[in-house]
Amino acid sequence: MNRIKRKFEEQSAGEKLMSLFITAGYPDLDSTVELVLGMEKNGADIIELGIPFSDPLADGPTIQYSSDIAIKNGITIDKIFEMVSKIREVSQIPIILMGYMNPVLRYGVEKFCENAAKSGIDGLILPDVPVDEDEIIKKNISDNDLAMIHLVAPNSTDVRMKLADSKSSGFVYCVSVTGVTGARDGGEISSSVDTFIQRVRKNITENPVMIGFGIKSYEDAQNIASNADGFIVGSALINCIKKSYPEPGWKQELFSLVHSLKHGN
Amino acid sequence: MNQEVKETYQQPNKKGYFGKYGGKFVPEILIPAVKALEEEYERAKNDPEFLGSFHSLLEEYVGRPTELTFANRLTEHYGKARIYLKREDLCHTGAHKINNAIGQVLLAQRMGKKRIIAETGAGQHGVATATACAKFGLDCVVYMGAEDMVRQKLNVDRMTLLGAEVRSVESGSKTLKDATNEAIRDWVTNVEDTFYIIGSVVGPHPYPMMVRNFHRVIGDETRRQIMEAEGRIPDYLIACVGGGSNAMGFFYPFIDDEINIIGIEAAGYGVNSGKTAATITKGTPGILHGSMSYLLHDENGQIELAHSISAGLDYPGIGPEHSFLHDSGRVNYHAVTDSEAMEAVKLLSKTEGIIPALETAHAFAWLEKLMPSTEVNEVVVVNCSGRGDKDMGTISENL
Repeated sequence: MNRIKRKFEEQSAGEKLMSLFITAGYPDLDSTVELVLGMEKNGADIIELGIPFSDPLADGPTIQYSSDIAIKNGITIDKIFEMVSKIREVSQIPIILMGYMNPVLRYGVEKFCENAAKSGIDGLILPDVPVDEDEIIKKNISDNDLAMIHLVAPNSTDVRMKLADSKSSGFVYCVSVTGVTGARDGGEISSSVDTFIQRVRKNITENPVMIGFGIKSYEDAQNIASNADGFIVGSALINCIKKSYPEPGWKQELFSLVHSLKHGN
Repeated sequence: MNQEVKETYQQPNKKGYFGKYGGKFVPEILIPAVKALEEEYERAKNDPEFLGSFHSLLEEYVGRPTELTFANRLTEHYGKARIYLKREDLCHTGAHKINNAIGQVLLAQRMGKKRIIAETGAGQHGVATATACAKFGLDCVVYMGAEDMVRQKLNVDRMTLLGAEVRSVESGSKTLKDATNEAIRDWVTNVEDTFYIIGSVVGPHPYPMMVRNFHRVIGDETRRQIMEAEGRIPDYLIACVGGGSNAMGFFYPFIDDEINIIGIEAAGYGVNSGKTAATITKGTPGILHGSMSYLLHDENGQIELAHSISAGLDYPGIGPEHSFLHDSGRVNYHAVTDSEAMEAVKLLSKTEGIIPALETAHAFAWLEKLMPSTEVNEVVVVNCSGRGDKDMGTISENL
């Protein structure tokens, strides 16, 4: 059974699952495996590994920055697959790749999905492939038993939310605000997010819903995700690494943040 | 009995595809905006009132129709086919870009959007957009690569004078590609009240189709004017291609005719120099800025930095319709280098008294290769897409 599905089935009552995004190959190629395992140990339930792209137009400055560094470090899709294979030797945490379509297309859609499944990847998030364009990869995703996670936003109509639900597996990614990643604070978001999540709940019934964009702390997560199945954090983690790397203890800084995001301390 | 019907060109399809190119590869947040635009444009393009306002502005404000000039001394220089110039350089603001800016500002008004954003490379689209916004009293923010702001200082000053805010883009290569990324990020963030005026036949559907249609006036006028001058349509059309808006507007009304249509890309230092913007010549299909098209990218799918002496052609992508026309063989695409373009600037200036934009000069540079193979009774029309005043800094450095 798909690891993502199992994770949601094992979720205890009242628990919010935590999905954590880091850019593969940032801050260096060697740390990614260790960061994933350490984040799991400190409370991560799902891992999203970013495939760096030179022109990440749905991302704010933070993830543009980590993507640039990772590309300079020489990250490639094959290296990401190797990292995931290594993680799989010791961990069964669900792993999702998140990235833009062009690197996937250049790699070859068929080969990409096959190798992703082989290395132990569970699903894909492709922000520039909306439901309308999923023909480009849909068949290869289902052939390889991968999950396709679509996004919905506050300006998505009820019809589009239902469509995203019917075309997604694993979960549906709810973008809490219109904007790029990492641009706003949780406090700004929580007031408007309730009506959005109510609509999400009404329209998305097949899949669990995870909410992201703007979550920086345990309090943000609890407020914003109160009616969701869980929450997603990305830019806050990259900012934490950016602040302390390569000082000794930079990994521990990150793991403490991860622990506090899930448990509040 | 079957009557043979001439197959006419019907692109794009309902999903915005020109063959396999085009589409709508944008984040979910932008889907409501592109759908609303698509619906509004479909209504507007058949609305006599909208078309009436558009065409009267083109006439009274832009100065259309632009002339078709017989280039007698350039024709003598080559001693072959007769050469005509479609004078888009005579448009208000100095290039064809204003046709599209006016069209999109009218649409923005219909949709009740008060804030306009745009990206610009050479600054011509930014100036055109700032101009149209000034004329209609709309707020205007133009994203421009920091590198281009240096190369095109004059246009930065023009935009500012016209009341636009020019935002310097420091990410990536600091050129048109990065300005486009930043404009899209602004759009994602302010999608409710903001209209994004894309400056070329690129981006998600419906932009490539819509921008082409706003510029088809170039080709429609050319057709009428050459019929008057020569009593027949031309044998050759030539235009420069970056994103490809002047070329698409010029070519489109002639697509079903059996004539030679030629698009000229910027080779930069040379197509194999690693410093080029010749997307069709050197690229392969990929997805950037909302559509599938030819792209300059490395084996990992990372977008490569384009290079051209001309800021307006310095872009690693190209409009999806050009990719389709290339694959189908309907249009032939070639590339000329920075120095060939510079030679063309000098030749056109001295023979015809017209200083072309560096972008436009690429189309003229191809005459060196084309003209020897033409016949004296043939007719060539070059789209003189913009004037060179804005490029005097770069031109002086390279004389």
